Amino acid sequence: MGKKRLGGFAGIWTDEHKVVKACAKVHALGFTKFDAITPYPVHGMEEACGIKRSPIPYVTFVAGITGLLGGLLFTWWTSAVNWPINVGGKPFFSLPAFIPIIFELTILFAALSSVGALFYLCKLPQVDPPVIDPDLTSHKFAIFVPVNDTGYDEARLEQLFKEMGATETKKVAEF
Amino acid sequence: MMKRNQLILGDKTLAQITDDICQPVETMPSKGWVALFLSAKTLLIFYVIILGIIIANGMGLLGVNHPNGWGTMIITFVFWIGIGHAGTLISAILFLFRQKWRTSVARTAEAMTVFAVMTAGLFPLIHTGRPWLDFWLFPYPNQRGPLWVNFRSPLLWDVVAVSTYATVSIVFWYIGLVPDFATIKDRAKNKIRRLAYGALSLGWRGTARNWSHYEMLYLILAGLSTPLVLSVHTIVSFDFAVAALPGWHTTIFPPYFVAGAIFSGFAMVVTLMTLVRIGIPQFKDYITIDHMEVMNKIIMTTGLMVGYAYACEFFIAWYSGNQYERYVFINRAFGPYGWSYWIMVTCNVIIPQLFWFKAFRRSIPIMFVVSVFVNIGMWFERYVITITSLHRDFLPSNWGQYAWSFFDGAVLFGSFGMFLTLFLLYLRLFPAVSIAEIKPMLPVGRKDLEGNH
Repeated sequence: MGKKRLGGFAGIWTDEHKVVKACAKVHALGFTKFDAITPYPVHGMEEACGIKRSPIPYVTFVAGITGLLGGLLFTWWTSAVNWPINVGGKPFFSLPAFIPIIFELTILFAALSSVGALFYLCKLPQVDPPVIDPDLTSHKFAIFVPVNDTGYDEARLEQLFKEMGATETKKVAEF
Repeated sequence: MMKRNQLILGDKTLAQITDDICQPVETMPSKGWVALFLSAKTLLIFYVIILGIIIANGMGLLGVNHPNGWGTMIITFVFWIGIGHAGTLISAILFLFRQKWRTSVARTAEAMTVFAVMTAGLFPLIHTGRPWLDFWLFPYPNQRGPLWVNFRSPLLWDVVAVSTYATVSIVFWYIGLVPDFATIKDRAKNKIRRLAYGALSLGWRGTARNWSHYEMLYLILAGLSTPLVLSVHTIVSFDFAVAALPGWHTTIFPPYFVAGAIFSGFAMVVTLMTLVRIGIPQFKDYITIDHMEVMNKIIMTTGLMVGYAYACEFFIAWYSGNQYERYVFINRAFGPYGWSYWIMVTCNVIIPQLFWFKAFRRSIPIMFVVSVFVNIGMWFERYVITITSLHRDFLPSNWGQYAWSFFDGAVLFGSFGMFLTLFLLYLRLFPAVSIAEIKPMLPVGRKDLEGNH
């Protein structure tokens, strides 16, 4: 949402290895905005498409630290500052007893924020986004080049896809 | 190099895998499923009524009384939480160890985790006696001071640990399901299915960039779930171990509880998988005898760990020289509850020894029977820990028996109704083997496919 969907040109493959090679070729030819659509994560696809490492781990780290410090502050503030209660003569700020709470909050913050990061990066959820071919979530693979990519030329792409073993090529109104 | 057995039998193509796994979701249920579902649902209704009566009348309906302040509710809570742990072990820990066989059972094991934790979570909430005040368990600003919860209490750690575990397990499970929901949506022939699974799939389309983020997230969630699952049963064991009661106050409890949890959880996975294989025959190609054998090996290994813990507890009771500690353990094995102790030892230590023999490890009827015994034994383990330690503590004037009532049995029995109803619905509504995760495993052990690594 937000960004307008673009049309483009797509090729469809039925062989995992051919589509990886085709992606590497398309990438080598200087296309940058193309994407591959596969039913499962294909080994070696990131290298072939030149996709950078996902930034999600940084989110996880920062969220984990936030959870840790938040848990520490919260247990300290509630038990030692806001309403200190003497429980069996133990210190108000009894750190070892707070570690389970702090640990669980670290995990909770890190996990939920990482999922949030995935939603943000993949622009999920989307309401009924256009699909190039319904079999792309089952047994077919595709490469989609949007119209605004450098050197977009349908005739050239069609020839290229066919050369790389595509079983089908088609013009896509929007993706 | 050693030749690997095929992980997926029957020389499938990608399209066949999709068809096989989507079939239960897309067809009308069989008579067998309907019969099972109606039985499970009847049991669930019975359970709801029983819980209603208990909530309306109070905890006194169960056998809990002085000195046995903890009874069936806590025993069965630990039992179900323990069962949940195998699901996380399979989906997260074995993922980190790159155990490819885990893929075909991971989805269903995770579903088992989610349902087991849901079943378990109800028990302590009702055990409080006044479940309508259970929000007091959580720290929130209030007008009583504000009076905060006691963060030094293991029971409060348990609240935080179990709620975190439930949340993260559900999220992990759901994230795994998203691409498969998209598959079902794209195959849907009717509008309602397309709409429902389209909404569940969140608009997933499987672009390479999305998969790159997705795989990273999956790895991170597995990495976070691994220490989480260990911490949860550690904290459950702290509920007991932090108390100064002989029989509970031991440092062996955290590893002993975690091993027992994995043991019972794998037994439940084997019980359910043998039945799933009968109910949905095409899954035999995905959940093969090899898979079942590996799980049986884990059952035997963790069973030995649990057996070691039993022996170690007795040794330390003697070695400590503490007369209360010694008495509790002699009483445990030879006292009025000795029968429950020996049921536990027979089911958990002796019966799984059958799995030393390959023929037994690979026999479906035998593994089914053994796994059921392990489940019985692991319920009795929690019974032994809770009841035998509480019923005779320091002062003989303080001794008593657990007054097992009809409601104790009804709650235990009924909780299976809740679990099985959820599980049977899951088998029909969700793809029970991960479609997107299983496909990259296709070349394992196959010569005809390229990219065999």
